[in-house]
Amino acid sequence: MDLNDSMNLISEFKFFKPKEVKPMAKTYNAGVKAYRETYWMPDYEPKDSDFLACFKLIPQDGVPREELAAAVAAESSTGTWTTVWTDLLTDLDYYKGRAYRIEDVPGDDASFYAFIAYPIDLFEEGSVVSVMTSLVGNVFGFKALRACRLEDVRFPLAYVMTCGGPPHGIQVERDKMDKYGRPMLGCTIKPKLGLSAKNYGRAVYEVLRGGLDFSKDDENVTSQPFMRWRDRFLFCQDAISKAEAETGERKGHYLNVTAGTPEEMYERAAFAKEIGSPIIMHDYLTGGFTANTGLANYCRKNGLLLHIHRAMHGVIDRNPHHGIHFRVLTKALRLSGGDHLHSGTVVGKLEGDREATLGWIDIMRDSFIAEDRARGIMFDQDFGAMPGVIPVASGGIHVWHMPALVSIFGDDSVLQFGGGTLGHPWGNAAGAAANRVALEACVQARNEGQEIEKTGKEILTNAAKHSPELKIAMETWKEIKFEFDTVDKLDVKHK
Amino acid sequence: MSEVQDYPSRISDPKSRKAETFSYLPAMTSEQVKAQVQYIIDKGWNPAIEHSEPERATDYFWYMWKLPLFGETSADAVLAEVQNCIKANPNNHVRLIGYDNFSQSQGANMLIKRGDM
Repeated sequence: MDLNDSMNLISEFKFFKPKEVKPMAKTYNAGVKAYRETYWMPDYEPKDSDFLACFKLIPQDGVPREELAAAVAAESSTGTWTTVWTDLLTDLDYYKGRAYRIEDVPGDDASFYAFIAYPIDLFEEGSVVSVMTSLVGNVFGFKALRACRLEDVRFPLAYVMTCGGPPHGIQVERDKMDKYGRPMLGCTIKPKLGLSAKNYGRAVYEVLRGGLDFSKDDENVTSQPFMRWRDRFLFCQDAISKAEAETGERKGHYLNVTAGTPEEMYERAAFAKEIGSPIIMHDYLTGGFTANTGLANYCRKNGLLLHIHRAMHGVIDRNPHHGIHFRVLTKALRLSGGDHLHSGTVVGKLEGDREATLGWIDIMRDSFIAEDRARGIMFDQDFGAMPGVIPVASGGIHVWHMPALVSIFGDDSVLQFGGGTLGHPWGNAAGAAANRVALEACVQARNEGQEIEKTGKEILTNAAKHSPELKIAMETWKEIKFEFDTVDKLDVKHK
Repeated sequence: MSEVQDYPSRISDPKSRKAETFSYLPAMTSEQVKAQVQYIIDKGWNPAIEHSEPERATDYFWYMWKLPLFGETSADAVLAEVQNCIKANPNNHVRLIGYDNFSQSQGANMLIKRGDM
């Protein structure tokens, strides 16, 4: 576009006003108005193109619900604490957020839900950053609030279509890796810190030759003095090549390219591509949405799959009264871009309510997710043609969990056994083989119509008859359970 | 240490080569294969049969046996085709596929007969 074209475009913008023109009748009155006079609109009917947000709020003493909901709508959109004369230079009635509904929170008298609608043009196209800056920006520090949690966001399809999304998506990953009809298997290499690059590569080689599809850098591994990234990448790639030659199956290792600067991140990604790695990895919350979206674009352009870890999510999403629910972080990641995302396991060592987890697994994979309060989903969400993200179940799981995992996650998932592979008494390869045999036995039984969560013990016991690796694994881990109550429960009535 | 068993996989041993889903399980009986065919049919997927020389099993594309059995709802008819494929290619790996045209992927893809190696 040359300068003249730009000038023409700019002049056209003067005439572009996608809204009703109203008579200029307002006068400027300095001072502070009650938020509800402007931002509480119980009769408002949300449009298909609106962003919708559901906040769970706890007011300070004496602050009425409508006023607080309106204040949140204001502070997360056009408002500030006082009237300013420049308000009158625009059509604030169009651009403002609208608090349109208030609901009780089941089983929690201190809180209430506030539903707010925002016009789509408050947000820059294709920028999750822009959305998050508004919806979870200053408003969370607002004094009239005792606590505030963003429970869910409906991203309008018109906005979804402006985002790049997963670099490849589930189907393309299956085709590239040539793996179908079962969950994929992974393993995080441990100890997470301190191994040399060659010893680390050894651990990778052993789990891949034993039958896993992927191994993973621990998120803490970036490029420390004991193992620089370039050495790690080369030894891991060598491990992949040999394991592929040995097993005849396609393998990958999530090479973590999360780095202190975007330049460094891209340098690592480019090297991973150069040596033929099929997949790289990023931590999207500590690395940030800008870095993540850029990296997703790079992966799409260069044929790399992108595994996403979620360090820091527990800080943001675990408190039931303050922060951002993981289902929102899930939607944000799907829009920003990633082919895998950690989802929790339900059964392992890390927090995760079963119904809530099923909810955000659907949000990762499905094209359309209907409102479902039983899973904490407050809005219909349409992702249109955007590819899906594969949920990754990782953390404190072992062979005895396999029937439950296959049942909960289904085929489009990666089940990741770290300690449950590396902790096998005969070593990583045997641990990997035990997991692979257990997985295939569960899938076979499921396809035969068995309810594998009920018949799991029998399935594994039978499978162990021809797999000494599985037999020993079952003996090693039979007593390990993680039965603690969930901290972040869904909002349901007290019994 | 004597209780620790070695993992007996070798590049020099072709029997160490796997071939994706169900290649870590013992060979299925014909009853077991039939149950898998029935699963594919019940899912509404289109059954298909592919085969390959074992030494080329890592290729993305195996030989397609005839065409996918579009709309076939009889597990026995699918099994008969599996037998025809094995008879014509006795040394090859054979796999059973369920094409899921909604996901534009393969809902199932499993090794049902190992070739000689």
